[in-house]
Amino acid sequence: MSSDSHGATSITSSGLKQPYHLVDPSPWPIIGAFTGGATLTGIVLVAHYHSWWMLILGLIGTLVVMYGWWRDVLKESSTPGMHSTIVRLGLRYGVIMFIASEVMFFVGFFWAFFHFALYPEHVLGVVNPTWPPPGVLTFDPWGLPFLNTMILLLSGTTVTWAHHGILHNDRKALIQGLTITVVLGLLFTCLQAWEYSLAPFKFFGGGVYPAVFFLATGFHGFHVIIGTIFLAVCLLRARKGHFTAERHFGFEAAAWYWHFVDVVWLFLFICVYWWGAGEIAHH
Amino acid sequence: MSAQDHAAGHGHGHDDHHHHAELSFAQRWLFSTNHKDIGTLYIIFGLIGGICGLIISVLMRMELQSPGMQIFSSGQAWNAAITSHGLLMIFFSVMPVLIGGFGNWFIPLMIGAPDMAFPRLNNISFWLLVPAFALILAGQFVGSGAGPGWTLYPPLSNATYQSGPALDFVLFALHLAGISSLLGAINFITTIFNMRAPGMTLHKMPLFIWAMLVTAFLLLLAVPVLAGAITMLITDRNFGTAFFEPSGGGDPVLFQHLFWFFGHPEVYIMILPAFGVISHIISTFSRKPIFGYLGMAYAMVAIGVVGFVVWAHHMFISGMDVDTRAYFMAATMIIAVPTGIKIFSWIATMWGGSIEMKTPMLWAVGFIFVFTLGGVTGVVLANAGIDQYVHNTYYVIAHFHYVLSLGAVFGIFAGFYYWIGKMSGRQYPEQLGKLHFWMTFVGVNLTFFPMHFLGLAGMPRRYVDYPDAFVGWNMVASIGAYIGAASMVLFLYVIYRTFTSKERLADNYWGEGATTLEWTQSSPPAFHTYEVLPRIR
Repeated sequence: MSSDSHGATSITSSGLKQPYHLVDPSPWPIIGAFTGGATLTGIVLVAHYHSWWMLILGLIGTLVVMYGWWRDVLKESSTPGMHSTIVRLGLRYGVIMFIASEVMFFVGFFWAFFHFALYPEHVLGVVNPTWPPPGVLTFDPWGLPFLNTMILLLSGTTVTWAHHGILHNDRKALIQGLTITVVLGLLFTCLQAWEYSLAPFKFFGGGVYPAVFFLATGFHGFHVIIGTIFLAVCLLRARKGHFTAERHFGFEAAAWYWHFVDVVWLFLFICVYWWGAGEIAHH
Repeated sequence: MSAQDHAAGHGHGHDDHHHHAELSFAQRWLFSTNHKDIGTLYIIFGLIGGICGLIISVLMRMELQSPGMQIFSSGQAWNAAITSHGLLMIFFSVMPVLIGGFGNWFIPLMIGAPDMAFPRLNNISFWLLVPAFALILAGQFVGSGAGPGWTLYPPLSNATYQSGPALDFVLFALHLAGISSLLGAINFITTIFNMRAPGMTLHKMPLFIWAMLVTAFLLLLAVPVLAGAITMLITDRNFGTAFFEPSGGGDPVLFQHLFWFFGHPEVYIMILPAFGVISHIISTFSRKPIFGYLGMAYAMVAIGVVGFVVWAHHMFISGMDVDTRAYFMAATMIIAVPTGIKIFSWIATMWGGSIEMKTPMLWAVGFIFVFTLGGVTGVVLANAGIDQYVHNTYYVIAHFHYVLSLGAVFGIFAGFYYWIGKMSGRQYPEQLGKLHFWMTFVGVNLTFFPMHFLGLAGMPRRYVDYPDAFVGWNMVASIGAYIGAASMVLFLYVIYRTFTSKERLADNYWGEGATTLEWTQSSPPAFHTYEVLPRIR
């Protein structure tokens, strides 16, 4: 081994035992792959044949897999030697990359929004194209949407409160902060559902405005629900004393995710609700 | 090096129960958390996907061998076939073998890591492809099949022109394959950033690792945009939205933007891993370090970055204004610069080397030839003015098959012959390997070179029939396709001969030209490698 393919490097033994976590064989990935496949196939069966069994089976299976898989991860995290410092660093990389991919998912929906909102001539089939399209009434951004903005921003501070609770080994502050964060998350979801029920436009067959509006805000709402569940799991773990000032990456990942959904909402509020508002609907 | 800091102190009680002799069949192959076994699964899966895609392409060439309707009953049946062919080859053959297969096998082996960062995630990345593959087949066989082409453009992909569930199965297949790619990309990036052996700085990483790193970032940032686009298509088709429906104010061109924002990085996702493989092979068989290592690495980074801002060169006739076309034309041509760096550096690596024309090297040199040819027609197509003339003709088909079906696939075969000894410990038959190369080389060139002429003469893609004027070169292309298909049968025989070979291989069977870490391991490597980390100086 005289030279590497790029310059004069040599390979020797470091004498260091590998510090990584070699995971035992697990049934969850293969089951999860097929329950995930069943879930998506199930959506097609519902849409075309009004048959729900595959979707329900797939969803239940996926939930079971998620429970089992994460239960195993939690077990491993408390087993000495498995989640070494470098393994925990890897988990950080993983979550950051996952959030980056989620950002790109929302980029697609914002792209759709700006395609029409910046260039109303892309709105086809009308004589004088505008955004929102002619005849579409929109929400007052300073009503429910602004309240929801405040709720999410507040929840961003309460989750930081909880984080400081961990860092100072103050379990009471951790649990209080997390509980309030989860409650605010649920409140956001409820208000969003209420807002949807008041919508002055309809999703099915309502044209391009409701399509962009409901898919962008709907996928955000879905991510809020996921983040709320993630935080709720952290709350349960906090009550069981899983987190220490030194090791609490599960909580940090949930907090990162929560800040991500928060930022997405800020863009939705500013661009879609506020800048993209048309003639306001009055209830 | 944080790796060495942690290795010293910790006790690792779990090391002891990791001997694969104890694993049942299901534990080893279904519940696997081992990068080598998962890599093997990917390669076998990609071979099956590739054979399915190849069978469809032979049927297509039988149809186009002469004018009139031969094999296919209708235009929709033809459209369904070309759709399946494209999707199978991209998502179920090239990507699984190059990224899932070689990536899984050789990222840990080349960076000195015992496995991937997230072994379970690795396994679900593979297994998600299986239901996805089933859904693609459903798309082919349910009803009259899904036939919007792999680009899925509305209005051809809307609920009017592709009614029935077939296309929805295909769209959800792409969702599953996309999730698989995403999870794989997260795994690869984390592994490469976090698990390199002590001393292996980014600037000492083998070029294959650089290639996989850039590929993984392209996947991470491009695939979710496709997910968004096909989600909008699914809701347009099934749930009454109007993103791409002009009757509801929507715009079909939006889909083209979203699709190609994914689709253009996707073509680099397919070719960059092959770039990595080829660099190692050229260096090994020239017995020289690669020429311009850093330039080679950053050329791939540049291709990856610029690859994100050229997408609309696929849309020159979609009605974009002339300034936009000028920008996308210029940006596209800039990609030829880093690509040229790669081509010339490979040639400079061979220059003055002790070149040994073993089978992998034949494939690698063949790769440079076909990829350069495809690259040159790419520069031709980048001209918005010329593209208006040849858009959607067989010239485009010739171009992208030269870079992908010849380029990426030559990269797959080059990597196969280079590494099969390492992966299996067995020697492939050298003479048959060379015969396989020459048969394939003649077959694919005979198939795709005449398509340039057909395209320039105006033959449009995606039609089941054509005027008599095009019969001559179509006949030649079909004969080439049969030779290419026969070479695939020969390849299956090569695999058979390899695995029944009695010859066992040494750790580094290529000798002093092969210098990366995988050649320090036995052939085949132990179930778990690098229990003690290597050090790079």
